[in-house]
Formats: sequence, C-alpha cells, structure tokens
Amino acid sequence: MEAEAVRQPVAVSVAATSSTAPARISRRGLTRPTVMVLRAVSLLLFFVLWWGVSLLNAHVFKVFNPILLPAPDEVLRTGMKMAASGELLRHITASLSRVLWGFGIAAALGIVVGTALGRSRLLEHLVEPMLEMLRPIPPLAFLPMMVLWFGIGEASKVAFITYAAFFPIFTTTIEGIKYVDPVLIRAAASLGATERQIFWHVVLPAATPNIITGLRLAFGLSFFVIVAAEFIAADSGLGFLINDARTFFLVSNMLLGAAVIGVIGVLANVLLRKLEGRLLRWRSQARGQA
Amino acid sequence: MNSIQIQSVSKSYAEGTLALDEVSLELPENSFTCLLGPSGCGKSTLLNMIAGFVEPTTGHIFVDGHEVTQAGAERGVVFQEYALFPWRTAIENVEFGPMIRGLPRAERRTVARRYLSLVGLAEHENKYPRELSGGMKQRVAIARVLANHPSVLLMDEPFGALDAQTREVMQEELLRIWEQDKKTVVFVTHSISESIFLADRIVVMATRPGTIKEIVDVTMPHPRDRSSAEFVALEREIKRLVREEVAKLGVT
Repeated sequence: MEAEAVRQPVAVSVAATSSTAPARISRRGLTRPTVMVLRAVSLLLFFVLWWGVSLLNAHVFKVFNPILLPAPDEVLRTGMKMAASGELLRHITASLSRVLWGFGIAAALGIVVGTALGRSRLLEHLVEPMLEMLRPIPPLAFLPMMVLWFGIGEASKVAFITYAAFFPIFTTTIEGIKYVDPVLIRAAASLGATERQIFWHVVLPAATPNIITGLRLAFGLSFFVIVAAEFIAADSGLGFLINDARTFFLVSNMLLGAAVIGVIGVLANVLLRKLEGRLLRWRSQARGQA
Repeated sequence: MNSIQIQSVSKSYAEGTLALDEVSLELPENSFTCLLGPSGCGKSTLLNMIAGFVEPTTGHIFVDGHEVTQAGAERGVVFQEYALFPWRTAIENVEFGPMIRGLPRAERRTVARRYLSLVGLAEHENKYPRELSGGMKQRVAIARVLANHPSVLLMDEPFGALDAQTREVMQEELLRIWEQDKKTVVFVTHSISESIFLADRIVVMATRPGTIKEIVDVTMPHPRDRSSAEFVALEREIKRLVREEVAKLGVT
C-alpha cells in the first residue's frame, strides 16, 4: 500500500512533463511498448551472456572443460534433433500428463476439502491439525515412500504431485471460504437466498480469487516436483531426460531438459493468467499489469 | 394496520452489556420512521433484529403479523457499505432477488431494467460495482432491494459513507422512489437534519442501555425546506435531546 502511494506521484509527474505522454502509462511511468521491449531485451541478454561465457571459456580463458557449458546454439541443435526423432515430444507428454493428472486430482481434493473445512468448525478442528502437521514436511521427503507404496509406474508420480499440489489449493480455499465478507451473506439472506443458494451464489464466487491463486501456486509446484520424481524412478519425462543425460555426460541434453521445463512453465503461467483475467474481470485491473 | 410490531425487546451480550432494554414500538404500514441517536444507542441492533440478523434476548418482533426468526425477502435491507456482489454487474446485482425466486432469465432482466431506470442508472447496467461511485452503488443496492418487492425496507445509515452533496441528492431520490413504490421504511441515521428531511416519525433513542427517549412526529409536507423556520426549530429541539445522550457517554 505504502509503496504504491509513493510510486504514484512519480508516474504522474512523468506523464505531465513528457510531451509525448501516451494514454496508457503503467507503473513507474513506463509506456507499454517500452515495457515490452525491455522484457524482450532481458531474454535476449540472458542468451547473449550464456553464449559469451561459453565462447570465452572455450577459446580465450579455458577455465573449465568446454564440454561442461555448451553454447545455446548447440543446445538448440540437440533439441531439434530430439524433436525430429519424436523423443522430445515423448518426454514432454510423459511429464505433462503426470502433472495434469496429479494437479487435477489435487485441485478437486483441495477445493472440496478446503470448502468442507471452511464451512464446518467441527471438521476444521478435527482435520486441520492433522494437515498442519504434514504441511511443513517437504514433499520430497515422501518420495522414496511413494515409490515403495505405489510402485515405479505412473501411480507413484501422480500421487506425489497430488500430495505436493494439494496444500496450496487447500490452504487458499479454506481461507477464501472462511473470510467471505459477512455483510454479503446478510445481503443475500435478506434477498431471500437459502443457505445452499448463499453457498453457490455468494460464498463460492467470493472465494474464487483465493482458489485461483492456490491453483496457480500448485501448478508451479507440480512442475517443481515432477522433475525430482522422474529422477528417481522413470523411463520417460523431462526429469528422466536430464538424469539420463547425466549418466552419459550429455550436457546439451541436460540443459535442453531444463530449458524445455522453463518454456512450459512460462507458457502455463501465461495461460493461467489469461484464465484468471477472464474469471476475475470484475476485480480491479491494477493486478493484471505486471 | 401496523406493519412492524416490536414488543418489549431487549438485547444483552455475553459480556454483560445491555444494548437494548425493553423497547416497544409499533410502525404503521407505509410509514417512514427514522431511528436516531448517537453511536451505541442500539439503533443498528434494533434494525438488525427486525432484519432477522440478530436474535432478541427477550421480547418479540412481528412483521405483517409473522414473528421474525430469520432474514427474509419480505424485509429488504440497504447497508451503509452497499454490500453489492462485486462479481456481478449492476443489472446482475438487481437480478439477484428475482433469480433466487426462480424467475426465468428474460423476465428477471426486464424486472431489473425497470428498477435500474427507477433509480436513474439505466445507462450503467453493465458496469461492475468497482466502476461505480458511492452514490451509484447505493442506487444499485436500493434497486436490488426494490426488485424483490419487500413489504418493509430497512436502511442502516445508507448514506453515511457519501459526501454531503451526494447525500442530499440521495435523500431526495429516496423520497421520490418511496412516493412511487410505497413501503414501510425504517431508516437508521445519526444525522438530525437527514431524519427531519425524510421521516414521518423520528424515534430518538437513549444510550446505555438503549431505550426510546422520545418519539417526534414530523408533519411538515414534502418537499421539506431545510432552511425553513419550522425545520430549524425542530432541528434545535432534537439536537438538545441527542446532546443529552452524547453527554451521558462522557468524553467523545
């Protein structure tokens, strides 16, 4: 809040003094095209730095074995080769389908359990301490057990992702359901809404922003943990690709695996933000700018 | 015929405060009553009990002959904080009651349009609450309540959050709407001028515990001139009554 108040006058003064001030001024007085250019430059800079370090190391300074840091074009060539053979797509599909299954189950469970606990004090006190005890344990601590319990097939990975993704969804849902503005509930009741109608038409829509935040956090976390799961026991997936490449010292393949995860993560986030923007178009636009 | 009957209603809270003490009041059908008093006189508590949000500790409240046990559509409430559903557009907010009643989509749209134009917001039907000013939000809230055809309209300091100019405009608007769509109105306020401008009857409340101090009938015809001698005299008289109660509260 405070930072916003401090920033505001800056944006205003820039807009007032610049003779070419366009209509749309975003935070800190930068125009939208400028922001886009800066963001593109940031990505470009990353690749240039990578390229530079890799080339300088290979030809000028020779600090470490050049095999350890291949240049971006080499990684790209590896990627095209793997894409042509269909192997890359196989790994991507394997990881994605695990993530979607695990995330989907976690979303259903998290929303249902979070809603139930948010609605019932009795259930909340009966169940929440149990979940609170499990929550601080890093999901990775359960990975070896998941493999023992669910085998080395798909089930263990899906279960692992479900477990990891459940908590953010559950936590944000229960908060959203519990802290609905009571005056909205009163308003609905005095307009004749029954308990059930209040739930569907007031409590759930009011909790939606919270639930969506939880879903976005959980989706990121799903990708975070799938790679670890695929390190341990898998014969496909991007985690497997990285770990398998390590065994054969194929550094380009390792970097490729990481890069693909990065790209998928960015795309998924863009998609989720779009969805959020559509579902929550009634909220202030201020958040959508970032 | 009396629309609202309040029979020796008391409200005490667990920690021992007595918010209302044996309040009895009869409000005739289509009357406009203001509950007036300083903060802590229990005027909002009384309104919330008529609305069915708060249960009386002792005593009974009847609306149209039925005892109040919970909130209901026949008692519409307008809140100081507007209480619009932020995820619904203006017209969708007004449609809420008709939707709950199970009216078909086209029909509820027609009803909602009619009430939005009654409050002068026909052109803003697709705006979300965040895009509306305070006065516009309260107009939507009034339309939303009226679209539900309540027999009683309960208003809890509805114009308390508005600036002085908007507030006066809204008071005039409320009277205009009330003339067209008569209801029994109970209006909570701590503005003396507002209560004289609006009400047939002003219930001045005493504090600690909340009781009825005096009932003032206002017989001046509408529209009332805030600078007329009669208005000013009544204002002075009621101010004296309220001052006594504020003094009882000690340091303010």
